[in-house]
Amino acid sequence: MNRILKKEHFSPNVLHFEVEAPQIAKTRKAGHFVLVKVGEKGERIPLTIAASDPVKGSISLVVQRVGVSSAKLCDLNEGDYITDLVGPLGKATHIENYGTVVCAGGGVGVAPLLPIVEAMKKAGNRVITVLAARSKDLVILEEQMRANSDEVIVMTDDGSYGKQGLVTAGIEEVLLREKVDMCVTVGPAIMMKFVALLTKKYNVPTMASLNTIMVDGTGMCGACRITVGGKIKFVCVDGPEFDAHEVDFDEMQMRLSSYKEIETEAMKHYIETAAI
Amino acid sequence: MDNNTKRNEPWREELRKSIKNKERADKSRVHMRELPADYRNKNNEEVNCGLTKEEALNEAKRCLDCPAPSCTNGCPVGIDIPQFIKNIERGEILEAAKIIKQTSALPAVCSRVCPQEKQCEAECIYAQKMGKEAVAIGYLERFAADYERESGQMAVPECAPSNGIKVAAVGSGPAGLAFASDMAKRGYSVTVFEALHEIGGVLKYGIPEFRLPNSIIDVEIEMLKKLGVEIVTNCIVGKTITFEDLQAQGYKALFVGSGAGLPRFMHIPGENLIGVMSSNEYLTRINLMGALRDGDTPVLSGKNVAIIGGGNTAMDAVRTAKRLGAEHAMIVYRRSEAEMPARVEEIKHAKEEGVEFMPLHNPIEYIGDEKGRVKQMRLQKMELGEPDASGRRSPVEIPGAIETIDVDTVIVSIGVSPNPLVPSSIKDLEVSKWGTITVNDGMQSSIPTIFAGGDIVRGGATVILAMGDGRRAAAAMDEYLKSC
Ligand SMILES: Cc1cc2nc3c(=O)[nH]c(=O)nc-3n(C[C@H](O)[C@H](O)[C@H](O)COP(=O)(O)OP(=O)(O)OC[C@H]3O[C@@H](n4cnc5c(N)ncnc54)[C@H](O)[C@@H]3O)c2cc1C
Ligand SMILES: Cc1cc2nc3c(=O)[nH]c(=O)nc-3n(C[C@H](O)[C@H](O)[C@H](O)COP(=O)(O)OP(=O)(O)OC[C@H]3O[C@@H](n4cnc5c(N)ncnc54)[C@H](O)[C@@H]3O)c2cc1C
Ligand code: SF4
Ligand code: SF4
Ligand code: FES
Repeated sequence: MNRILKKEHFSPNVLHFEVEAPQIAKTRKAGHFVLVKVGEKGERIPLTIAASDPVKGSISLVVQRVGVSSAKLCDLNEGDYITDLVGPLGKATHIENYGTVVCAGGGVGVAPLLPIVEAMKKAGNRVITVLAARSKDLVILEEQMRANSDEVIVMTDDGSYGKQGLVTAGIEEVLLREKVDMCVTVGPAIMMKFVALLTKKYNVPTMASLNTIMVDGTGMCGACRITVGGKIKFVCVDGPEFDAHEVDFDEMQMRLSSYKEIETEAMKHYIETAAI
Repeated sequence: MDNNTKRNEPWREELRKSIKNKERADKSRVHMRELPADYRNKNNEEVNCGLTKEEALNEAKRCLDCPAPSCTNGCPVGIDIPQFIKNIERGEILEAAKIIKQTSALPAVCSRVCPQEKQCEAECIYAQKMGKEAVAIGYLERFAADYERESGQMAVPECAPSNGIKVAAVGSGPAGLAFASDMAKRGYSVTVFEALHEIGGVLKYGIPEFRLPNSIIDVEIEMLKKLGVEIVTNCIVGKTITFEDLQAQGYKALFVGSGAGLPRFMHIPGENLIGVMSSNEYLTRINLMGALRDGDTPVLSGKNVAIIGGGNTAMDAVRTAKRLGAEHAMIVYRRSEAEMPARVEEIKHAKEEGVEFMPLHNPIEYIGDEKGRVKQMRLQKMELGEPDASGRRSPVEIPGAIETIDVDTVIVSIGVSPNPLVPSSIKDLEVSKWGTITVNDGMQSSIPTIFAGGDIVRGGATVILAMGDGRRAAAAMDEYLKSC
């Protein structure tokens, strides 16, 4: 179990893994995630299940290298084993035929968005996907998104590809043009915050999939807690998706920075030792 | 043999007569050696050093081998206490260990973590009638268990021939482990499913090594494996695998020992600031994930650490904070020290190690710095009012008595709620309004093939109660499966 069957680069820092996990492949639904631990002393990190193949008994993970733990995973090769892999966790995305759905993803959020786009399309929705990245070489999964969307709008901060502007500009373009019944957004907290503010103005119900810090992923520790509508919620068991108009994104962003200094130090150390 | 016939065995009668009761009663209770407080509060070594054989034999002499031993009534699993103590007195330590193991699946664990002063030792005649310190039953139990383990002659319990019937346990805490061990002995094929990557439940991720070394739990787990128990980690029943899947795979019955898990918070302003976390998060990062030792997982633990609560978990967290270098490691508790639910020994050890106690204080707000890290907390001072439903005097606010203190880490340890994962994934499983699984005397739930025990049934309880539940469920499940 947990053997890496296939590894490929989507971009220099975004990798796609196909991992043997027959039991999870069988039960997982769009929106579910797994917790992955590399090495005996590794950290448990959450990753969305991007796709699964129940026949082959495998799941797909799309991983962005951001810190030590994601780097350790990205440095594994085909044939290696992931030390620990548990899931599927979280509540599955509520998928139904809403009509027209805008799916907006940026940064680390693009990978977790893919299974949602696929499921929304399968449920009969008209799916418009907005992909945002800082520049052209950071745009990922465009091809996969196109295969499952009626339309894909690519936005880059520097205008090196698609249209220039933030993800919100891409969404607003659609909102001004046609009636949208639902919006789904995954990305950095700050991005989701502005998406939520925008869609609120247009009265479009919006789901945000939150990527908080986690430890166990089963509701036992509370590391993943956030405030939704004034109440404490645990992202790993109550989420990861919530009504974006109710989420306190400022608090979430603050909590995401809990270990920033320690993480930066650890990454420096990892790069130094890996270089030797 | 019932207890009385055993008591009348010639060796025991002779042993009783060998020393006068008066002489026995005049001996004073043994003190267990401990690591010096200012040494141990900087490392993770086990604080209690155990008894030497001489100390144990001496302490065993204090036991009067009472004709109707009240001590056994105080033990939730009814260990035949005088029988094992008298075996220690005559030097048959391995025999003593065997007697304990007849009723307790994890003696080396329970003897370290049982609140003896509320259980067996509270009922000892010394404490009850003679106004003296109870026989050190817990210490003697630990001595016998450790002696057996270190002797390398740990008896693998006898197993009935395999009956080929598959049963499963959900969770590898004390409840699940005790259940698995008993069912294996009865000849069942047992599989334990554990959600985490480590086996042991709270024994591993909660209780720190300075109180319960992991090596001791690992020996017990090895023993289970020798009994043929199969353990599957990283498998969440209800998520990775469903109850229906298990049935389809031929499991005839299921024992749920999924524990209490969900940490409670107080819902006061600032509780989501950086540096405020549950004791489960704090202890898990450190004990399970090796934070600040050799693990990749980080933990925040500062100079001024406040722990909110007065239970065992709070004491474990505060003593851990001290070990991680806190200058001020504080217990903030809303009642007085007398009401603290923690074991007396834990409170004593914490004080010796330099932990500060702030009873009759209750946090009402946390204040953060510009980066969102907690820097201060506002505390409401309390006084004791009338006794409440639990019989403890309830804390009442003193109007206007509010103080602000500096903190950089706050650990909230005010209890846990039952883990809803299993109950919510099994249709028609009856739960109480608190979310605990409802069971009958045989630990059987509303679904006849599902049994449950430990914290998922009791809310927060103890290791020995969880273990006792696991054993009771095993007996009842065996009966049930035989009658089908
Ligand atoms: C439910 C869920 C699903 C997720 N799915 C995916 C996925 O499919 N693919 C994927 O690549 N990542 C996903 N993530 C995020 C992933 O878990 C983190 O990127 C990872 O934990 C970072 O660990 P690290 O040690 O490599 O980096 P760290 O050393 O912990 O962090 C380095 C830096 O990365 C940033 N960062 C850290 N954690 C996060 C986070 N959770 N979200 C955004 N930025 C972060 C911060 O700026 C931080 O300073 C998901 C998170 C959650 C909660
Ligand atoms: C820090 C701390 C200190 C304590 N100190 C003491 C003490 O000194 N003395 C004492 O007597 N008691 C103490 N206790 C209480 C005692 O540990 C518990 O009462 C006891 O562990 C309960 O046992 P259990 O088997 O019911 O559950 P747990 O020990 O909680 O084990 C449950 C296990 O089930 C797993 N699980 C949950 N859901 C699933 C699922 N769906 N599928 C698979 N696995 C699952 C969990 O991961 C966990 O490993 C302490 C508790 C804590 C937290
Ligand atoms: S198991 Fe606990 S209560 Fe029972 S005799 Fe041992 S220490 Fe006492
Ligand atoms: S009550 Fe005390 S003295 Fe009597 S048998 Fe029990 S331990 Fe020994
Ligand atoms: S990650 Fe521990 S409760 Fe969600």
